[in-house]
Amino acid sequence: MKRQLLLLLLLCLAVAAPPATAQTAEDSLLSGETTGALTVAPGPVSNIQLKDTDNDHGHSVTLSWEISPDDGAGLNNVIGYEIYRAPSMEGPFVKRAGVPAGSHSHVDVGSKEKDSPDYMEDYIDYYYKIRTITADSAVYAESAVAGPIQSYGQWFNTGRVPVLIFVACFLALTLYFINRAKGGADLYVRPLAGIGAVDEAIGRATEMGKPILYVLGLGTAADIATIASYTILGRVAKKVAEYQTGLIVPCYDPIVMTVAQETVKASYADAGRPDAYKEDMVYFVTQSQFAYVAAVNGTMLRDHPATNIYMGKFYAESLILAETGALAGSIQIAGTDEIAQIPFFVVACDYTLIGEELYAASAYLGREPLLLGSLKAQDYAKAGVILIAVVGFILLNFGVDGFKEFFFVSN
Amino acid sequence: MNGSRWMLIILIAVVALFLVSWAIKSFPSSGVTVSWSSIRHAFFVTLAAFVTLAIFSFLYKDNPYYKFAEHLFVGVSAAYWMCVGFWSTFVGNLIPRISPGLSKFFGVPYKEFTFYYFVPLILGILLLMRLSSKAGWLSRWALAFIVGTTAGLNLIRYLRSDFISQVSNTFVPLLVQWKGAGAFFSDFSLASGGQFTLMLTNWVIFIGTFCGLIYFFFSKEHKGVFGAASRVGIWVLMITFGASFGYTVMGRVSLLVGRLTFLFDDWLGLLN
Repeated sequence: MKRQLLLLLLLCLAVAAPPATAQTAEDSLLSGETTGALTVAPGPVSNIQLKDTDNDHGHSVTLSWEISPDDGAGLNNVIGYEIYRAPSMEGPFVKRAGVPAGSHSHVDVGSKEKDSPDYMEDYIDYYYKIRTITADSAVYAESAVAGPIQSYGQWFNTGRVPVLIFVACFLALTLYFINRAKGGADLYVRPLAGIGAVDEAIGRATEMGKPILYVLGLGTAADIATIASYTILGRVAKKVAEYQTGLIVPCYDPIVMTVAQETVKASYADAGRPDAYKEDMVYFVTQSQFAYVAAVNGTMLRDHPATNIYMGKFYAESLILAETGALAGSIQIAGTDEIAQIPFFVVACDYTLIGEELYAASAYLGREPLLLGSLKAQDYAKAGVILIAVVGFILLNFGVDGFKEFFFVSN
Repeated sequence: MNGSRWMLIILIAVVALFLVSWAIKSFPSSGVTVSWSSIRHAFFVTLAAFVTLAIFSFLYKDNPYYKFAEHLFVGVSAAYWMCVGFWSTFVGNLIPRISPGLSKFFGVPYKEFTFYYFVPLILGILLLMRLSSKAGWLSRWALAFIVGTTAGLNLIRYLRSDFISQVSNTFVPLLVQWKGAGAFFSDFSLASGGQFTLMLTNWVIFIGTFCGLIYFFFSKEHKGVFGAASRVGIWVLMITFGASFGYTVMGRVSLLVGRLTFLFDDWLGLLN
């Protein structure tokens, strides 16, 4: 009888006690307690959508899903999701990434290098599943397997349409002005002080009987600044050949040296003095930045060039070179498109071509239709930029944001 | 005494100081065992200090010690970069993709035969044709390919990063969070998040870009209003260059501090 009364009492207590709520379960989970009552797995994610990632070179799949009903609601015990990938429905599934709770999508990017352990092959089937995880590693829920999906690259990146439009416009402008220049039109380019000084400096070197030092900088043969510098070097070399002045061109890059040798050789031939050209006028020093500077500084102090011309791409060595040249008493003309180095040339050189003035100088000195045409095209592109900037600025200030979005270029 | 005798005396003094420094560095303190590695380490630290001081001597004038350091620096670096180029580009990249036999010879793992790698190989051989007086013209093909291809690639890169992106960054509101003149003047501070500072920043961006572009417009003489805008542009540029100059000089000072730390700590041991 006593036992029956005790059972009845326990039954009453059980009915009277409040039910275990989701909130209490969550609190315990977050605090790291794992009791039998809390091993309730959250709901899995649903509606997994797979697609090849747009506008890429392949080796990537984009996943999107509807989050677990227990992510921010329900049991509210989801702390994140783990993405798994397999080459077949049955597996083996390999964990690819983890994303925090609340995430709806993920881009699974693999390597395109075949010898990489993360290599992701294009045009083969992949299957994905997503594990909804909680603070307890043993408590999770897995989605249904989604797939198959294949990754592949796109031939055309639609995110870069603005670049295509600008390239097309720029090319059209360039071709138009080159044709005009070839047709004999007089394309005006305003005089630049630094360019006028080149002839003056060559004359001074001739009078003094001292050589001209021409430094092409640390750029590669394909840098725009180096290409512009070749044209100026060609012009200087031609004058030097005519006046029979010495020319010293120490090079940092072997390819630059090769192109510079060709340029100087052609200029000497143009001046009718091919016999005066010596290959060691243009020589390779080293590809170590400061060793190169040490060598050029030594040349400045030992050969005493009357004029130092620095045209091209320069880095930390710019001030060391220009200061040594100033110390040696040479006339110095510099030009670079490296914004951080222009201040050093401005303070230490007699003339400095700032940024695009270097490109203009090559066109101005060369007076070739190709160069003049491209310079004119650049000018009109700048005018276009000013116009677009003014329009964009006005529209933005009147609350129209769409115009700005057109200029967004994806990676 | 004539100049050459002075030079000889200075040379003997420098060599003597070098040897003394080496000896002191080799026997640092009592109780420490002297080994070949400590003697070798002392030699290289002393040599590095000597070469550093030789380079610094250029501040006085060109001299034989600077010449020695310069030639050593140039020679070693040229050889070093040639070795790096050979082992990283030729052996590291090319060989494992064209020949299993050569890969084995150089001790690098063979990856797989890739036909495309013959293109740079052929271009490289063409470049070396310069060494021949008869076939030297062939090198121009390789040069044309290198310059043309990379210039074309650079065009796209510049257009994207230096042109289009910068255009869109110029679209800035000139009235940031405008709440009327009263609110504007009540928040008339130079705090970075303040309304006045935000508006001033946007005005400077817009006017600076506008006038800077006009300065770089070469098809028209800078006269009248155009000239005035151009002058504003050059002022904006010069202020920017001034700030950049100061910032970079600070970086250079840190390089100097690095060398002085080497001399006073690693060599002389004067710093804790």
